[in-house]
Amino acid sequence: MDKAWRGFLLKTMLRIRRMEELCAELYTQEKIRGFLHLYIGEEAVASGVMAHVRRQDSVIATYREHGHALLKGIPASAIMAEMFGRLDGCSRGRGGSMHLFSREHRFFGGNAIVGGGIPQAVGLALAAKQLGEDRLTFCFFGEGAVAEGVFHESANLAALWRLPVVFCCENNRYAMGTALERSESQTSMAAKARAYAIDALEVDGMDGLDCYDKSGHAVESVRSGAGPFFLEFNTYRFRPHSMFDPELYRGKAEVDAWKKHCPIATLKARLLTEGALTEAQVAQYAADIEQEMQSAVAFAQASPWEPAADLERFVYAGRDSGGSA
Amino acid sequence: MKRTYREALREAIDEAMQKDERVFLMGEDVGAYGGTYAVSKGLLAKYGPERIRDTPLSELGFTGIGIGAALGGLRPIVEIMTVNFSLLALDQIVNSAAVLHHMSGGQFNVPLVIRMTTGGGRQLAAQHSNALEGWYAHIPGLKILTPGTVEDARYMLAQALEDPNPVLLFEHAMLLNSEQDCPETAEGFDAWHARIRKPGTRLSLIAYGGMLPRTLEAAETLKGDGLDVEVLDLRCLRPLDDAAIIASVRKTHRALIVDEGWKSGSLSAEICARIVEQAFYDLDAPVQRLCRREVPMPYAKHLEDAAIPQAADIVAKAKEMLR
Repeated sequence: MDKAWRGFLLKTMLRIRRMEELCAELYTQEKIRGFLHLYIGEEAVASGVMAHVRRQDSVIATYREHGHALLKGIPASAIMAEMFGRLDGCSRGRGGSMHLFSREHRFFGGNAIVGGGIPQAVGLALAAKQLGEDRLTFCFFGEGAVAEGVFHESANLAALWRLPVVFCCENNRYAMGTALERSESQTSMAAKARAYAIDALEVDGMDGLDCYDKSGHAVESVRSGAGPFFLEFNTYRFRPHSMFDPELYRGKAEVDAWKKHCPIATLKARLLTEGALTEAQVAQYAADIEQEMQSAVAFAQASPWEPAADLERFVYAGRDSGGSA
Repeated sequence: MKRTYREALREAIDEAMQKDERVFLMGEDVGAYGGTYAVSKGLLAKYGPERIRDTPLSELGFTGIGIGAALGGLRPIVEIMTVNFSLLALDQIVNSAAVLHHMSGGQFNVPLVIRMTTGGGRQLAAQHSNALEGWYAHIPGLKILTPGTVEDARYMLAQALEDPNPVLLFEHAMLLNSEQDCPETAEGFDAWHARIRKPGTRLSLIAYGGMLPRTLEAAETLKGDGLDVEVLDLRCLRPLDDAAIIASVRKTHRALIVDEGWKSGSLSAEICARIVEQAFYDLDAPVQRLCRREVPMPYAKHLEDAAIPQAADIVAKAKEMLR
């Protein structure tokens, strides 16, 4: 991986981090409401995977999906406006933080039922295969979703039908407040995927370069027609599950220990040490990102509300609601 | 030409597959077995395993896959063996198929058809005899079709597939062998509105699906007794054809709703409420309902018969209302 790419990887992580920090602030100011799930600590995963995702590829993610949406190309302004509940939001204010969508960018949500996006990703892959389209589907979900039956049903069929889907399991060790060891007899998610004859790799989810490399391997494998690939990213969220979580289930020492592996700090230090990047370049990244995010917030703030008279639009397609696939 | 309800369903699938390469059928035992109710018999040989796709027993998984395939540009027909098993797929139907269009601000839609067998009457007891179509009709974002005639079995599917929204088609198990005349073309066919199956003046019998033939039978009996009643077939439970219901009630001034679902919190309750809201002053008598008795379906034949409205029950209730 050349120097420029590694710098780019760092920059994408910084973009996610800054957006999430701003979201937390805006939540405190009550600009953003509802549930808000932050990705801080897990940025290497989205950055590493999304670096391989092309325009024509499809992505389905979870309710912790701001970063994935941003890296799929949805402008920060449309994401922020969505969280503000505004008309210019990427879901016209009807989805909020957990339901970011973009037809243009083939971003299919933002599904807030744990495991809900998994069969849909398999279905998107089935459509691509059946229609002979050069398209991969990337499906993000947490280790908590692997406890759902629908993961197993979907994994089996993806493998049986050799479908072009990359399963990206973001194992952050807690399903809300329930630790993996306390809820699963088999704590290796990769082992569960292998049980369905799916090739799987364990990835250091705190290391952007490992995330990038192994995602690349997975993409190559899927593109070769070998069927689905499963990546288990071992990662950690630094923040509570949502803004309502008092974090009774884990100690500060544990969180601090993981923070020492901050994917941004470690990659930055490494690139600086190796001379792949200068402090000035990093400062420039930060300045660019600050401008991007502040203008996104200003855009969101200025965006109008959808008139309440339009409340019942978009229940059924085909009348006045635009899009049909 | 006469054909059975089952043959009509098969012809509809066959025609849809022929017309549109994007259409495929997916579900348990739809292929090699020929369909649990032999609806898709012969189609595997004709279209191959990619378009007549057998699945494992994974209702939630393959229903979700149907949603994804629809989002990805295909036109899936997902077959769930019976409405009872559709409860295993409820999350994908209610939390995704029904809401994706709205939740995405109108960007995505789910052109998915889910077919399933519904209803009791075959001594299959409590886990295989549900009639939950009225339940599904509660959900905004879904459309619900309930073919009660061979013609509807033949032509509703095509319009369901043309619709850009998720459509649930409830095929009644007791109707599969019924044989009726059926027009050879779909010209003028409209799946989405109620139809008067027998005009009358004294009372509106409002029914759909499996209750339709016995309601018509009851109407014939009543006619023999000099009581001219109307039979309105709802056909589409969501959106509900208010105009047709209200027009019929305004004409006859009396309404009896015959519904195979349970009474409490049901579609029959909804229809009753709409009549009261919109046509209260046109009524000459309180609206009445004949529904499934409020028990899980028993196995024994005489108990099952007692649990589901029969033609004789309809006749008796109608006479009571017209006394």
